[in-house]
Amino acid sequence: MRRIDFYEDDLYPSPLKHTWQEFQKSHIAVLGMWILAFFIVLIVVGPFVMPFDPLLQNPNAVLLSPSWEGSGSLQYILGTDSLGRDLLSRLVYGCRMTLGISLLLVMIAMMLGVALGATAGMAKGVRSSILNHLLDSLMAIPTLLIAIVIVAILGVGLVNSMWAIALALVPQFVHNTREFVRNEMNKEYILASKLDGARKLHLFFYCILPNMFELLVVQCTMALSIAILDISALGFLGLGAQPPSPELGAMLSEALKVAYKAPWSIALPGLAIFLMVLSINIVGDGLRAALRNRLTQ
Amino acid sequence: MTALLSVKNLSFVKKPKSRWFKKSKGFTLHPLDFELNSGETLGILGLNGSGKSLLGKLLVGAEKPTSGEIYLNGQKLLGDNIKQRCLNIRMIFQHSNESLNPGLTASAILEEPLILNTGMSPIERQNKIEKTLKLVGLLSEHRFFYRHMLSDGQRQRLAIAKALILDPQILVADEPFAALDPSVRSQTINLIMKLQQDLGLGFIFISHNIGLVRHISDRALILQDGKVIETGKAEAIFSWPKALYTQKLVNSHHSLINPKSN
Repeated sequence: MRRIDFYEDDLYPSPLKHTWQEFQKSHIAVLGMWILAFFIVLIVVGPFVMPFDPLLQNPNAVLLSPSWEGSGSLQYILGTDSLGRDLLSRLVYGCRMTLGISLLLVMIAMMLGVALGATAGMAKGVRSSILNHLLDSLMAIPTLLIAIVIVAILGVGLVNSMWAIALALVPQFVHNTREFVRNEMNKEYILASKLDGARKLHLFFYCILPNMFELLVVQCTMALSIAILDISALGFLGLGAQPPSPELGAMLSEALKVAYKAPWSIALPGLAIFLMVLSINIVGDGLRAALRNRLTQ
Repeated sequence: MTALLSVKNLSFVKKPKSRWFKKSKGFTLHPLDFELNSGETLGILGLNGSGKSLLGKLLVGAEKPTSGEIYLNGQKLLGDNIKQRCLNIRMIFQHSNESLNPGLTASAILEEPLILNTGMSPIERQNKIEKTLKLVGLLSEHRFFYRHMLSDGQRQRLAIAKALILDPQILVADEPFAALDPSVRSQTINLIMKLQQDLGLGFIFISHNIGLVRHISDRALILQDGKVIETGKAEAIFSWPKALYTQKLVNSHHSLINPKSN
């Protein structure tokens, strides 16, 4: 007898739901997702719940240790730095800056890179190869080095370093998108769609993009961790965010001077960077596996 | 009465090219003519590299012919008007697996030609998809399935559904059964023959399998190296082959079926 289905959605989940079901099968990925979610909640609601301004200096509370140590006070839970600024507030604002800016940069780089890559992948002949080979040669240079060169030209500062990192991230998006689109364009299902009268824009958004999510997830997580590390590195070197501003890399370089007296002021920003990059990579890996399983099992 | 499809002087020349590293062989399809009436099946037979797939591609518009014309119901088909063509001539590909998009559900795959070529509303489209799925012997639940969830036979049926969904007058099938096992193959053949009877389709069947072509075609066209060797009623060709090449083909086929009689 034929089964009567009132709710077909339960039996045949939407792509998004299906991916989520596959994603949940890996516990480590779910753990990573919670850590990442914690950071994201922190950067959204953090400023509203933090007790201190990150730039407020208190000359009476310099280099306080965290509250669980002997000399710590409950007022400053994670202690203070060498200028008497609350470390917890600075950390939260620092995550906000580093992670928030990285997310923004990756979004910009992805859109630009995918648009360029798709155009190059669908074009034929010289037009497609010129752009590609130019950008491919850029890929041989580490992104941090490109960013430093761009900062050297534009000048020091957070905004300039943002431009630099966004531009440095574009080539890998272009390269991978172009390769993928070129491969797909030779497949028979694209020919079938072409015979249906599909134009190029339709071909890309309707036919190729649904198959590209796995690639995009991998690329985005890689780019996101590179962006976080690069922003912190530029801040640490004094080329990006400048000292008073609470950026994790700049905080690290400031704390370096008092590393022996106040080890927590260098450990905590480092731990934050480590956890962010780790959780992003774990989530990206889990998401890739989930997307692959959705379309193969 | 004009024929459903008539092909006049169709030819295709690809010049041999040699670039720095790769050489591509040229290929010439010599001018050929044929006609097809509705409800009829034309079998195109030839060995690998004889140009039979190319002929199929020329018919559906995937390649541009060097010369010659294709008339549909007496109306000339223009090379750049893909819409006019795909509403009437649809192709079933050699590998159903590769001709279906792996990232889309069956309903999205079937919806695509409707979106591109008709002005149907979303509800009309869903109804049409459901109707077409039933027509090829699938269930309406298969709408939610991805390519990898379907068996080979179901994929083939989906490919046929995709070809049929625009209510074409002519189907061009390029070796559609090559990768299927015999039982699924005969199922699919019966399905296509039944659909052809019900809908009055003209059917162009490209294959290298003599037995199949003989079984389902009304007329046959035999190609060798881009040249038409023999054309006419299928029964006549296979019973009394005139050209030497056709005789060889038929004999080799017979010796395959009953090796003792030779």
